[in-house]
Amino acid sequence: MELDPKVPAGPLAEKWDRHRAELRLVSPANKLKYHVIVVGSGLAGASAAASLAELGYTVSCFCFQDSPRRAHSIAAQGGINAAKNYQNDGDSVFRLFYDTIKGGDFRSREANVYRLAQISANIIDQCVAQGVPFAREYGGLLANRSFGGVQVSRTFYARGQTGQQLLLGAYQALSRQIGLGKVRMYPRTEMLDVVVLEGRARGIVARDLVDGRVRSYAADAVVLATGGYSNIYYLSTNAKGCNVTAIWRAHRRGAAFANPCFTQIHPTCIPASGEHQSKLTLMSESLRNDGRIWVPKRKGDTRPPNDIPEAERDYYLERLYPSYGNLVPRDVASRRAKEVCDEGRGVGPGGRGVYLDFRDAIRRLGRHVIAERYGNLFEMYERITAENPFEVPMRIYPAPHYTMGGLWVNYNLMTTVPGLYAIGEANFSDHGANRLGASALMQGLADGYFILPYTIGDDLAGVRPGAVDETHAAFRDTEAEVRRRLERLLAVNGRTSVDAFHRELGRLLWDRCGMSRTAAGLEEAIAAICALRERFWADVYVGGRGEDLNQALEHAGRVADFLEFAELMCRDALHREESCGCHFREEYQTPEGEPQRDDARFGYVAAWEFRGVGEPPVLHREPLAFEAVHLARRSYV
Amino acid sequence: MKLVLHVWRQAGPAARGGFVRYEVADLTPDMSFLELLDVLNQQLMARREEPVAFDHDCREGICGACGMVINGRPHGPRRATTTCQLHLRHFRDGQELWVEPWRARAFPVVKDLVVDRSAFDRIIQAGGFITVRTGSAPEANAVPVPKRDAELAMDAAQCIGCGACVAACPNASAMLFVAAKVAHLGLLPQGQPERATRVVQMVAQMDAEGFGACTNHGECMAACPKEISIDFIARLNRDYRAAVLAPQPPVREFTGAA
Repeated sequence: MELDPKVPAGPLAEKWDRHRAELRLVSPANKLKYHVIVVGSGLAGASAAASLAELGYTVSCFCFQDSPRRAHSIAAQGGINAAKNYQNDGDSVFRLFYDTIKGGDFRSREANVYRLAQISANIIDQCVAQGVPFAREYGGLLANRSFGGVQVSRTFYARGQTGQQLLLGAYQALSRQIGLGKVRMYPRTEMLDVVVLEGRARGIVARDLVDGRVRSYAADAVVLATGGYSNIYYLSTNAKGCNVTAIWRAHRRGAAFANPCFTQIHPTCIPASGEHQSKLTLMSESLRNDGRIWVPKRKGDTRPPNDIPEAERDYYLERLYPSYGNLVPRDVASRRAKEVCDEGRGVGPGGRGVYLDFRDAIRRLGRHVIAERYGNLFEMYERITAENPFEVPMRIYPAPHYTMGGLWVNYNLMTTVPGLYAIGEANFSDHGANRLGASALMQGLADGYFILPYTIGDDLAGVRPGAVDETHAAFRDTEAEVRRRLERLLAVNGRTSVDAFHRELGRLLWDRCGMSRTAAGLEEAIAAICALRERFWADVYVGGRGEDLNQALEHAGRVADFLEFAELMCRDALHREESCGCHFREEYQTPEGEPQRDDARFGYVAAWEFRGVGEPPVLHREPLAFEAVHLARRSYV
Repeated sequence: MKLVLHVWRQAGPAARGGFVRYEVADLTPDMSFLELLDVLNQQLMARREEPVAFDHDCREGICGACGMVINGRPHGPRRATTTCQLHLRHFRDGQELWVEPWRARAFPVVKDLVVDRSAFDRIIQAGGFITVRTGSAPEANAVPVPKRDAELAMDAAQCIGCGACVAACPNASAMLFVAAKVAHLGLLPQGQPERATRVVQMVAQMDAEGFGACTNHGECMAACPKEISIDFIARLNRDYRAAVLAPQPPVREFTGAA
């Protein structure tokens, strides 16, 4: 396997423009003959499918939800970054680029991140034209707010529902193309494998989730926009359906998987309330603009928060990081929260929580201002906890939220399998070892609206359209494999539910491959995962039939893939003998408890090649060369 | 705590459905309603019975996937709350609950509590968008939008497409859903060029899907988890009237042909 990032030559600021000028084009008359499959209908998938159809390609789009509008991008709350410099506070393309590289702890590809920053401004233009009702100032111009890890105000937002509004914009663009007959939409259809023939992706095999039928779909290119894998932890902020299946199946067919251990644990989530908990709810990072994070100075202080006097509170982020304060990046905020809870100073049930307090902001700005900024988030919090954040501080705790790791892609967003692309959270490209807030929406839409539609043409221009159809043996074989696996899942007929296995896997990873990791813990985890996987295939109970709507069977397939992927995640974490961003190896830290990077040994992207279940994967390294930025120790003090 | 559930079970669209009684114990008030169904399903599977099928995904009230009628009310008894955000602390220990799918001709039952809401997608496909090809947008601040309009547009745009409005309406009308989108786009300067065609096309599709007419009951607004106001229905009627009574009424066609 060869990793060729295909980063264009030339100065950083000119790479994308030059590259676009050099990309081959498909003639407008021929575009219709090319069939592109887009799997996933979130920000990346919907924007790509709509844009490709606008260009004239024949597009099919698949999602497992009942409607493309329900993809998990819809739940993103806080905002989307763009280097517009509307606030006149010194923002620029370079500054957004630099913040993202630094926020990712220098583990992302410079050229990709620079392009992302360049495109960011176009995304806002596009979304406003679609009718996304962004927040505005009284003069009618767009408003901004601040997010973590940044000292300018560049985040655009639509109350606490920015993801919803951006997704509806993309969904409406996609719907227009569906109405025009340019996109064929397959809702309630789950991709279960990629068909690779003579080294090129030729289509997918998918299961209709209503009648259970397994069918093949041939195409000239396949785009995976299938999101991240935080649900591997069982409890996460992701929607229940989010899974690793599409990208894991692609990995098994030859696509390298990059930096699988880079998983973001978001600092501001509502703590779990008990054993029954089925998912965790995020409280937007934007709350850290006005909320102050603290715990009692004394261990085991069980007084109600409002009874604890100012002098006995520890605003630990403001104390440790005076210049960024409560707006340090997510990995830092999460790790410090875990630390104070481990010290016994956590609050709420089980001592796993810290306060996020709006008392001072309410005094300073007035209740109505806070209500306007965060009203819906406060309501959401109260609905879940039965506590009113206007009266008592919120309790928050970190939770798995986003995965920076994903399929390795080159500058054109193509995986190591020709004709197979990965966009949005499904790829690894832009966030390094830690993603900054409001950057996921930016990346998903950059990939879908403004990058893939150009780069895919360069590849298709060299391919004869419709060269292979579903009657080819490669499709029959892959379909048969998919059916056998479904039958196997149903045939085990054991005693333990899929959910129980998923919870067990989640607990294991949360403890061993979560906010802090050690070599010994990871080795134990790998052994435990292998044992759990064996137990799964010997004792899982699914029930029902394959030829029916069977939600337990859907879940079983996803958990089976998580059980394979978990091992790779831990192996990646074990091999990376440094701490960077979210990846905190306890053995590698500075005296102040900050991550200790080792650029000489680990200044690379780890791209893994699949060699079989239970077989050690092969590591390929893409060295990261930094030309425009100085490799510094990340400091937010 | 303990609850007694009567859950609508229906094997498929053509099958005959009915309520089945289940007692679920060992619940806690902090559980969500969907977690209650999770517990029930785990118990059913342990007894080798088929679990209850229900749509759900984000479980934080924004994706619009979940929804069931609980004791006659879509999404249950709480104001502005989706089923996934409804917690058991709002029910009495031992209470009896009837749980059924959305009931509307345009939302056929797929299985148990799962219904087919693709009619909503087709209404959006008919005109619920602004035609803007990727790359052709002007600078974002080129057109100022009065804050009041932007806020009102956002009030309408919050619709999550769950279908509770249809389930609540005695006529199974989709007027609130359609009105929310018509108002969202019609309130913004970017939405003006297609304002007339949009409303005509969306209403025509709504009628073709078999939704009922609006007779101003207001049940939709009461059931809406995002509290979308029926004022938007008035706005829809106004836009529709203006469009069809215009000297040159818009023809039903796709305005966005590439």
